[in-house]
Amino acid sequence: MKVYLDNSATTRAADEVVEVMADALQYQYGNPSSLHRMGIEAEKIVTRSREAVARVLGVRPECIIFTSGGTESNNLAIKGIARAKKREGKHLITSAVEHPSVLNTFRELEEDSYQVTYLDVDRRGRVNPDDLRRALRDDTIMVSIMHVNNEVGVVEPVAEIGEILRHHRKHYSGRGVVFHVDAVQSFVKIPVQPLKMGIDCLSISAHKIHGPKGIGALYIRKGLRLVPQLAGGGQEKGLRSGTENVPGIAGLGMAAFLGLETMDEAASRMFALKDRLVEPVLSRVPRSRLIGGLGPEDGMAPHIVNLSFPGLKGEVVVHALEEQGVYVSTGSACSSRGHDRSHVLVAMGLEPEVVDGAIRISFSRENTRKEIDYAAGVIVATIEELYSLYRG
Amino acid sequence: MRKVYLDHGATTPVDPEVAHVIYRYMVDEFGNPSSVHQFGRAARKAVEKAREQVADLIGAADPSEIVFTSGGTEADNLAIKGVARAYRKKGNHIITSAVEHHAVLHTCEYLEEKEGFKVTYLPVDGSGMVDPEDVAQAITDQTVLVTIMFANNEVGTIQPIAEIARIAKEKGVLVHTDAVQAVGQVPVDVERLGVDLLSLSGHKIYGPKGVGALYVRKGTRLEPTMHGGAHEKHRRAGTEGVPGIVGLGTAAQLRKDHLDEYTEHLIVLRDRLIDGILDGIPDVKLNGHPTKRLPNNVNVSIAYAEGESMLLNMDLEGIAASSGSACTSGSLEPSHVLVAMGLSHELAHGSLRMTLGKDNTEEDIDYVLEVLPRIVERLRKMSPIAPAQREEKVSNV
Repeated sequence: MKVYLDNSATTRAADEVVEVMADALQYQYGNPSSLHRMGIEAEKIVTRSREAVARVLGVRPECIIFTSGGTESNNLAIKGIARAKKREGKHLITSAVEHPSVLNTFRELEEDSYQVTYLDVDRRGRVNPDDLRRALRDDTIMVSIMHVNNEVGVVEPVAEIGEILRHHRKHYSGRGVVFHVDAVQSFVKIPVQPLKMGIDCLSISAHKIHGPKGIGALYIRKGLRLVPQLAGGGQEKGLRSGTENVPGIAGLGMAAFLGLETMDEAASRMFALKDRLVEPVLSRVPRSRLIGGLGPEDGMAPHIVNLSFPGLKGEVVVHALEEQGVYVSTGSACSSRGHDRSHVLVAMGLEPEVVDGAIRISFSRENTRKEIDYAAGVIVATIEELYSLYRG
Repeated sequence: MRKVYLDHGATTPVDPEVAHVIYRYMVDEFGNPSSVHQFGRAARKAVEKAREQVADLIGAADPSEIVFTSGGTEADNLAIKGVARAYRKKGNHIITSAVEHHAVLHTCEYLEEKEGFKVTYLPVDGSGMVDPEDVAQAITDQTVLVTIMFANNEVGTIQPIAEIARIAKEKGVLVHTDAVQAVGQVPVDVERLGVDLLSLSGHKIYGPKGVGALYVRKGTRLEPTMHGGAHEKHRRAGTEGVPGIVGLGTAAQLRKDHLDEYTEHLIVLRDRLIDGILDGIPDVKLNGHPTKRLPNNVNVSIAYAEGESMLLNMDLEGIAASSGSACTSGSLEPSHVLVAMGLSHELAHGSLRMTLGKDNTEEDIDYVLEVLPRIVERLRKMSPIAPAQREEKVSNV
């Protein structure tokens, strides 16, 4: 049996997604900028997908632009906003547990004489809104906080932060602090409503939601100014040049549609699967540790859990599980080749032993109870064996 | 109604073989190449194979010189901004031409406006050709990059890149070429050309949209424009678009395997179309170089007929063509390429670009030659500026 439990790294494309992409690849292959019928048909596909993404977020379709993925969305949002507001100030706030595409973009801006405050998190991985309140300055121009952490699955208090920033704006009449949210791990997993949550700009990615790789989107509140990061033909209202990736966009639209349809059911299903997997591991492997939390009452997202087996190496665990057909990861795929300790777990103040023994298990709506029972059995047996080996 | 797609310069359909590998890497081998498990390893292997295929198509010595991007526009942006910023200490001067794609022109303008670079926009002659001598003249001790396209996307003129590269090399200046329109149509070999950077795009060579590549010669420094994970050896962050990348790799392989027959086929059709139009419609001018042009490019200015009206009428008859580059087709401005070539605004507005593809046939061409003269005649009858007397030839256009 093969059980793929690394859905935060990437997901299998849904059949419906492949279908709409096949059509766009082979039949509706026009360039949306072309004036003839082939172009117009392609443009329609793009429009429909824009609507599908907008519907999930409860925003107007013209506020959505397509990018090549979550990384580009984060780069465009952060650099685009920072550069557009340079004259108002050069102070930026983010957290210590962001995705590398956010953290490294901020590091790049630091080279460009911006000042960045990296907020700490508690032992569950959460940013404290009071810390944010204290970090705000007269010259703060942007705050970027992720919605769901990709390594531990904790939900950050973005609505509260949005509220704080709304108040802050009132005090500094008009000189607004822009709020960007990396929602790559939360989109269609839990509700994300930029208008209600006070979010100005929000990144999403398709391949985390059973859509294709190489495509993502950015929500940009009406009236928010961004300096484009790609110059060229002026597509996407001049904010993102380059021929639209029509098949990818079609795939993202379909994935968003399916995701919205199934969101509530998938969430309760994945929470149940998570319990079903974690409970036997925690009860039968005495040294195992749950990192962050588990259920919605702990402020967790449905699809991610992080477990640690102190004394073992996460990498060794991952490989041993793979031998038995269970596919998990040590943390973010994007840094899994870096061989550094997880910056997220370190920021949570976990002991080195706990950090080194951590694995991330991430679910999809397609996982079955049978798969989970198999995986739980494999994990318990493998970990017990590894512990006995390493003790001996 | 017959359907004839003559807009391959805007985009191409994907090869069935390409579509097949794309599906496979979305459903069966869907892993993230950065994952260490077997799903990840399979995806990684596929990406590296595609890298070799692209390297082979353009004669790159080492596959590691290929960086995958989201398309031609990103490749151009990365090349120009990446080199300009990395060599900033050496100088702040860039040389390009007036007829580049907007991905190049607007990137140069951005560097001028926002980052204090100076850019020389070289003129072209009546056929759209850059004079290598002008490149030599323009190079100063501040010059860090020469970026000239391999072949023009609107008029198809093929630039003397090898000579330009030789001149730039002698003076120690890096050379980038936007080869988006040329790759897969004519032999493009980075070693023979002597260029340091070269952009290409998937969807112009029967590969997918949303993927492209930048060739970066070993030893060339490049400041990344996208920050994040350590992908593409720190030159381009973001989870690799695996299906797109394997699609591009497969397309590259197919183009390499069929290059000669493809080129030959296109030239025959192209010349049949050009000759047919020049013979069948009075007051027509062929834009671009008569021989040093892309095998698939036909660009004509038809006096007293407005380009957009021709397009719409052709579309009604099932023929998809364009009036210029698709990226600017929404605008009312005349083509910057035709204007730089010295065409009057009126002739620039009467331009028609037809770009052929591998699946076009002689029957397609004959159909166009049957339909187009009728359309032109009808439009000219309605035109207030068309001379009533047809024998009054506009030889001075």
